[in-house]
Amino acid sequence: MSSLQEHLPILQILVPLFGAILTAFTRSGTTAWAIAAVSSAISPFISAALLIKVTTTGQPISYVMGPWAAPWGIEYRVDLLNGFILLLVSLIGLVSIPYARKSVAQEIDSHKQSWFYTMYLLCLTGLLGICITGDAFNAFVFLEVSSLSTYTLIALGRQRRALVSAYQYLVMGTIGATFYIIGVGLIYIVTGTLNFVDLAARIGPAMPELSRPIIAALAFMTVGISLKLALFPLHVWLPNAYAFAPSFATAFLAGTATKVAIYLLLRIFYTFFSNAIPFYSLPISEFLLVLSLAAMFVASFTAIFEENAKRMLAYSSVAQIGYITLGIALANKIGLAGSLVHMFNHAIMKTALFFALGAMVYRTGVARMSSLSGIGRKMPITTAAFVVAGLGLIGVPGTAGFISKWYLAMGAIEHGWIWLVFLIVLSSLLAVVYVGRFIEIAYFREPSSDIADSHEPPLSMLAPLIALAAATIYLGFDTRLTGGVARQIADFLLSGVVLGGTQ
Amino acid sequence: MIEWQAIVGHYNYYVTVFLMVAGLYIVIAHGNMIKSLIGLGLFQTSVYLLYISPGKIVGGTAPIIDPKYTDYSNPLPHVLILTAIVVGVATLALGLALVVRISEEYGTVDEDEIVAMDQDQ
Repeated sequence: MSSLQEHLPILQILVPLFGAILTAFTRSGTTAWAIAAVSSAISPFISAALLIKVTTTGQPISYVMGPWAAPWGIEYRVDLLNGFILLLVSLIGLVSIPYARKSVAQEIDSHKQSWFYTMYLLCLTGLLGICITGDAFNAFVFLEVSSLSTYTLIALGRQRRALVSAYQYLVMGTIGATFYIIGVGLIYIVTGTLNFVDLAARIGPAMPELSRPIIAALAFMTVGISLKLALFPLHVWLPNAYAFAPSFATAFLAGTATKVAIYLLLRIFYTFFSNAIPFYSLPISEFLLVLSLAAMFVASFTAIFEENAKRMLAYSSVAQIGYITLGIALANKIGLAGSLVHMFNHAIMKTALFFALGAMVYRTGVARMSSLSGIGRKMPITTAAFVVAGLGLIGVPGTAGFISKWYLAMGAIEHGWIWLVFLIVLSSLLAVVYVGRFIEIAYFREPSSDIADSHEPPLSMLAPLIALAAATIYLGFDTRLTGGVARQIADFLLSGVVLGGTQ
Repeated sequence: MIEWQAIVGHYNYYVTVFLMVAGLYIVIAHGNMIKSLIGLGLFQTSVYLLYISPGKIVGGTAPIIDPKYTDYSNPLPHVLILTAIVVGVATLALGLALVVRISEEYGTVDEDEIVAMDQDQ
């Protein structure tokens, strides 16, 4: 048992990876789903075990590949930050998988279903891999594993526009990943290392000033990853990709893919450059602040006028990512904690919203707002769950979204920016408009002819949705998992203890 | 004179940056999806050069332990780029496969025409 525990970091990757290989050899969609379900069910236990171990010992877990010691070989390193994100990603995987069965069976041709699950498991492998690895180049490889499988998942959407969306995402995603790898290359040329901790040691005290290649590398990596996390104005790939992908893929990706990219950005800011004081003299905060605010307002405005409900939620995602990067821009403890809390809460809420919408599409076959009028009478539970998660998105007290916005507002006050609190509230009002518009259409209009004979979705789709809606409310009251851990992580990131645990 | 040497000595970076910018320009400039993918391939290839060229030491050999040799080239960039090449090939293959599917569905591979067709719907 103890030897198994030692190997947990690699098992986190191997379980979904082996699942992907197995599904690639099966032809039946049901068998493939069962394999995916087993892999997705094991993952959260591994992440939880890792996170518990890290929090109890207070030391990062280090795992090296083969006989190669850390700075030379590839190291998997779990600390508080990525332990938290690993748990988030594998939890979303776990709740998604019961939903997948019926949704995928309807949307994907039967001979492609096993391939669909292969792509899903590869995507999960890649996302978990980005989180767990302690090596900058290895992170790139996992980034591409997850990205390539994501393009395929999107391309499997029913409409032909899914193909064009996947193509556009492929071009932009590859540019983003290549920018990241250019940045890593520049840093590698200067420091001669790719290990995160080793990098921090070499960029830090040894360099009184950041040299030009290092600053260029920081810029390349920031822009590249901003493309992947859909930071405004690099978000143009996201709305179409989310709108035309199969419902299950959209819900899974909305909860995980952008969050993992944000994790990588945090890793660069707070591990690579944890010791480099000149980093704080660069105008990164101001830059992020402006873009975050632009995302919060422009994307929310676009969401208000969007006619396709999936695209509305996608634009809302861009706006919500703005809140997360806002916390990073504040760069103080509370703001950063708010950013981490919102990563978790937004993943829960947005996945719930896409689940609910996916269930409506499953029954009605339409995602246009006008066609969904009166849906609240036909599918009361689904619509109610949508509304709960929507209220969370607005940040109504008693929901998870309130907690994250509270932290962000406190962070802004601590920074002395009262006007920012005002802007956070103002942008939340925009969320009231787009969520309210859906509520108005769903409840106060006569059912349209498109949805005349629709009813609640099957239990396998309804149960994950209700679980996530309940979590939205639960996380609005009990903040031990989100707020508590997020504060610890923010402490950890800002204190630069990354070097403390080095070999 | 010394500065002149520094400028010429970095010629590998000029080639890298030229390929990088040229590749990125081709991606943006062309509506033809296949040409865009060729640009994307060029853009990725420039990164291979960025990694490989600093790993070369003049007069260095492969890292074989032998008293006859003292200067070794760093093998790690080669290993990294071998992986990156695989990633690049996979990306290009997937991109081209998507273009084939798009061409089947739309009857064209021109991005502007496709956007116009989608807006007509």
